[in-house]
Amino acid sequence: MTMLGFTGVGKRFADGTTALADIDFDVAPGEFVSVVGPSGCGKTSLLRIAAGLSTASEGTVRRETDRVGYVFQDPTLLPWRTVQSNVELLAELRHLSKRERRERADEAIELVGLSDFAGHRPGQLSGGMRMRVSLARSLTVDPELFLFDEPFGALDEITRQRLGDELLRLFRLRGFAGLMVTHSVTEAVYLSTRVLVLSDRPGRVIGDFAVPFGHPRSPELRFEDDFTHLAGKISACLRGGAG
Amino acid sequence: MIRRFAPPVLVLLAATGLWYAASLLLLSEEERFLMPLPHDVLAIGFGDPDNLAELLTALALSAQVAMSGLVIAFVVGVGLAVAMSQAKWVERSLYPYAVLLQTIPVLALVPLFGFWFGFGFGSRVLVCVLIALFPLIANTLFGLRSVNSAQLDLFALHGAGRWTRLWKLQFPAALPAIFTGLRISAGLSVIGAVVGDFFFKQGEPGIGILIDLYRSRLQSEQMFAAVLLASALGIAVFWFFGFLARRVVGSWHESVRDPAAVS
Ligand SMILES: Nc1ncnc2c1ncn2[C@@H]1O[C@H](COP(=O)(O)OP(=O)(O)OP(=O)(O)O)[C@@H](O)[C@H]1O
Ligand SMILES: [Mg+2]
Repeated sequence: MTMLGFTGVGKRFADGTTALADIDFDVAPGEFVSVVGPSGCGKTSLLRIAAGLSTASEGTVRRETDRVGYVFQDPTLLPWRTVQSNVELLAELRHLSKRERRERADEAIELVGLSDFAGHRPGQLSGGMRMRVSLARSLTVDPELFLFDEPFGALDEITRQRLGDELLRLFRLRGFAGLMVTHSVTEAVYLSTRVLVLSDRPGRVIGDFAVPFGHPRSPELRFEDDFTHLAGKISACLRGGAG
Repeated sequence: MIRRFAPPVLVLLAATGLWYAASLLLLSEEERFLMPLPHDVLAIGFGDPDNLAELLTALALSAQVAMSGLVIAFVVGVGLAVAMSQAKWVERSLYPYAVLLQTIPVLALVPLFGFWFGFGFGSRVLVCVLIALFPLIANTLFGLRSVNSAQLDLFALHGAGRWTRLWKLQFPAALPAIFTGLRISAGLSVIGAVVGDFFFKQGEPGIGILIDLYRSRLQSEQMFAAVLLASALGIAVFWFFGFLARRVVGSWHESVRDPAAVS
């Protein structure tokens, strides 16, 4: 069974830019797939196609679920809403009852550890906290497929690692299938069960690495030989593709 | 509090002092009507019950004209901006005329409105509407456009239609800009009501007609009192919308939270 399947997918924009070519891959339930690739190779385009926000110009995309979480590169919170009401937004757009919204939001806010800040506005939060709110917001749709576009790109190293660990915990707890774009090979290996490497534009899959480490993972994993070895191989593949 | 209010109060005191000096030292008794002494303005303009009643009646009329104009301009301006934001062709067909409205001297059209619609309340309001319309259209449109593409993606992803998007995303995002527009337009509307008055010699007198009347009768204390009242109306309106903006969007939008940043 697959949660998301790309077969021969290509993307060509109206202005003639070809962003993606011949993309084939599946994401199965329980998998967390990371995509690394040079800047501008079409990673965001790939996620948007996966979410149905954009259509493939070639090939087919199969998605088994409508419960899709999408965490954008910046948190895209609505500044006029409180944390609570931001997290309730998606349930609201999906016309759930007030009580249901509240319950889901409370649970999600609790999960990301922001219960004390439910009444705050995004402007009063740090960058890391805003990203947590964004995560919580997506959690309320109880996603079966969770897409992440460089979710921690704008954060400092420590916050980044902490949020990474939180994401791992959520992944184990909720059991969604994940597809994440990131610039960091270490982060990709640490968080994923599989890492895909894309070439320069137009992006093609030039590497597909299984990550053999079990869960739970601890931060020390990053310094073990197997880990650095795998990260090294992926980096080499990335450099080769980027020529 | 003191740091905020002391400087402008000092400037006011200094200006009043200069006024007295100029009036007493530079002007002879016969010339004094050019710059009447401030306490005379207060005593004659506001202290005399008949004068005061006349002034306040006129002020109320002008305020009514200005506010009616502003309300209509607000409804029409926001409505047009929403329509433009929803359909490109509406914007393409109407925006050039909105800009035109901004470039033609509306006050020069007043005699024309007089011909067409008479010199009553309706024409006076129309002047205000035309003067106040453009800033509301432009600011609202700018605000509705200020949402970023990721926010639009978020709404699209979770099945929001155009009206949900407008109501829950674009409109709240536009509020700070709409308030900026309201503030500018409110000031313009007051100007439209007062200056427009100069052209409406018939009918009940607004504050502008009174100013002109006192000028022609050389009743300079009353004239200055009327000018002060007209200015106070402008200031009150400007302050009110600043206050309203802070109440409504101040909790999340910086530009209105900091009074110094508001222009
Ligand atoms: N709407 C569009 N119209 C035309 N070209 C586009 C459009 N969106 C993206 N592109 C182009 O497609 C290519 C891939 O863009 P995309 O945003 O998917 O790259 P990316 O891998 O996410 O880049 P980054 O790592 O910088 O985020 C780029 O060359 C970009 O300029
Ligand atoms: Mg991108």
